Amino acid sequence: MKLLNISVARQQKLRKIWLGKNLTDGLAYRLVIYLLLISFSYIYLYPLLFMVVNSLKSVDDLINPGVQWIPTALIWENYERAFQVLNLPQSIIDSTGYVLRVSVAATLSSALIGYGFARFDFPFKKLFFAIMLATFILPQQVTMVANMIIYRELNIISSESAMLYPALTGQGINAAIYILIFYTFYKTIPGILIESAEVDGAGQLRIFRSIILPLAIPSFVIVFLFSFVWYWNESFITGLYVGDKITLPLWLQAFRSSYESIFPPGTPGAELNEAILLAGNMLTILPLLLLYFFSQKLFTQSIDRTGITGE
Amino acid sequence: MKKMKLFFKRLFQFFTHGFVRFGEFWQAKIQPPLDRITYVLRHNFIYREEGNIIYFFHILKIKVTRKRRHALYGYLFISSWLIGISFFTLYPLFYSLYLSFHEAYYNLQDGITTTYIGFNNYINILRSQILIPLYTNYLGRMVVAVPIIIVFSIIIAVLVNAPIKSKSLWRTVFFLPVIISTGPVINELNAQSAITLPNLQASGIYSYLANNLPAFLADPLTTVINSMLIILWYAGIPILIYLAGLQKIDPSLYEAASMDGASPWMRFWKITLPSLMPFTGISIVYVVVSMSLFVEPAGLLDLTRTHMLVGAPDSAFWFGYGYAAAMAWIYFILMVLLILLFTRITKEKPVRIQ
Repeated sequence: MKLLNISVARQQKLRKIWLGKNLTDGLAYRLVIYLLLISFSYIYLYPLLFMVVNSLKSVDDLINPGVQWIPTALIWENYERAFQVLNLPQSIIDSTGYVLRVSVAATLSSALIGYGFARFDFPFKKLFFAIMLATFILPQQVTMVANMIIYRELNIISSESAMLYPALTGQGINAAIYILIFYTFYKTIPGILIESAEVDGAGQLRIFRSIILPLAIPSFVIVFLFSFVWYWNESFITGLYVGDKITLPLWLQAFRSSYESIFPPGTPGAELNEAILLAGNMLTILPLLLLYFFSQKLFTQSIDRTGITGE
Repeated sequence: MKKMKLFFKRLFQFFTHGFVRFGEFWQAKIQPPLDRITYVLRHNFIYREEGNIIYFFHILKIKVTRKRRHALYGYLFISSWLIGISFFTLYPLFYSLYLSFHEAYYNLQDGITTTYIGFNNYINILRSQILIPLYTNYLGRMVVAVPIIIVFSIIIAVLVNAPIKSKSLWRTVFFLPVIISTGPVINELNAQSAITLPNLQASGIYSYLANNLPAFLADPLTTVINSMLIILWYAGIPILIYLAGLQKIDPSLYEAASMDGASPWMRFWKITLPSLMPFTGISIVYVVVSMSLFVEPAGLLDLTRTHMLVGAPDSAFWFGYGYAAAMAWIYFILMVLLILLFTRITKEKPVRIQ
């Protein structure tokens, strides 16, 4: 009788550990969640893993179906060649310079525009705001045909200005999101702070410079990071308006042809294989990966700041 | 040492002296004319300030109020946007609409030449053997892929929001694709068929679908399976949106429900999902837009570019700017229709209380 009681108690204890009081605090629930998360992130990161592993493979390993995840030898030469083909130290400096200029322009302009929308009342404000939000849905591809012609008339086609001018006027890539981020932030600043400065006789520009700007630095950082990443990754519009081989992704796009000019076909051991291409891919995404690992918190918490979740 | 001290003293004296002299000069010679100019600018025939009333031409009287000043400042702050929207968005928008009804070519001598041809561009596109499959593929792919992305991102958001260790690590993992997904990289991965799980392609489902369904149903499904992982990569931002939504749910709701004996499964369907529905609209808009903007080689957008850049009046294959504009417009209209369709489906129905 006593023995039975003990076993029942033990069973209940085990049950409690496994399932918890109401299932969600039990061990089984957690195990299932971790299992799901790990398998989903494997699916999610599979292309990245594929890139990392295959970029280090030799030609034999690439063909051999027995070798999938662990290459027999690490061929760093793939990276050396991709480094040469992408014209690396120079191209990364060039594209960082270009992207920095454009994204700083986008950040500053959206900060000003967001302030105008958030702080002041003026006729047609609601209409303008709606148009501003609608520009997010409007794909650049609809306007690109006409834009090409307009830029040609303005004589800024095939130069950085073709991206810089729209960025300066709040029409760049995803500019509506940046303006929205700033708008939501400015709305949280208590109006009394600004009114007291007004009473003290500060002009609007002075208020913006000495009260709003210091408060808005986190928003500035977030918008700058996002615009940096998005301008870096945008290859279609940049390639069309600015020209080939401006940013690193555009160098990657021309990888095959520039490989042939550096390692002409026919020379022994110079055939382009998949591993070298993937090494080029890795080198292209590496700068952004580094940026992301140093600032991932800012990225992943950014959505809370856009206010699209409704405040 | 002493010499050095003396030298610095002299230098300092020179500067202070210089500043004083400059100040005197400014006061005596430059300030009065400047004052005069500002006075004239404020009190002349065209524009005159008196108190807080501004006169234009002695006739137009404007009283400066706080409200009006604010409106002016508002316009000043958004002036750059007003210029941008009119020059870089609205004007190109209408201009491309105008072009789409014309035959338009560019040459170096006369710039752009247009001839009106009515709806012919659109009719030619609808007749085209190359373009129609591309449009239907686009539609089919979106209809299949967008629900998958939305469901996937809800699942991931709920999982990450569960009481687990190192939440920020998981967030980092699932946001990573937004950082690294750029056109050329994805195209290269696509060329090496690394954007789907090998098991998925080899599984029975794939060949079953391909063999047993009519082509117009099977094609979108198989293309989605073939690029499954990249499609899931679009879930990066929706996951964050849903996570922000999940954090807004009042935990006491769950407590009350579990008091009443609702299982976790029930709680998910009755509390979590309904409170996430408001965020589905914005997620759908984001997903549809970002998926539509991706340029695949020999896809519609790529062809638009080719028609535009290669276009020459005597070309038999490339039909110039007007044709390209019409292609882009049809694409845009389809995109808006998709957004409307999806948001209509997921719209909350008003709850009836009996």
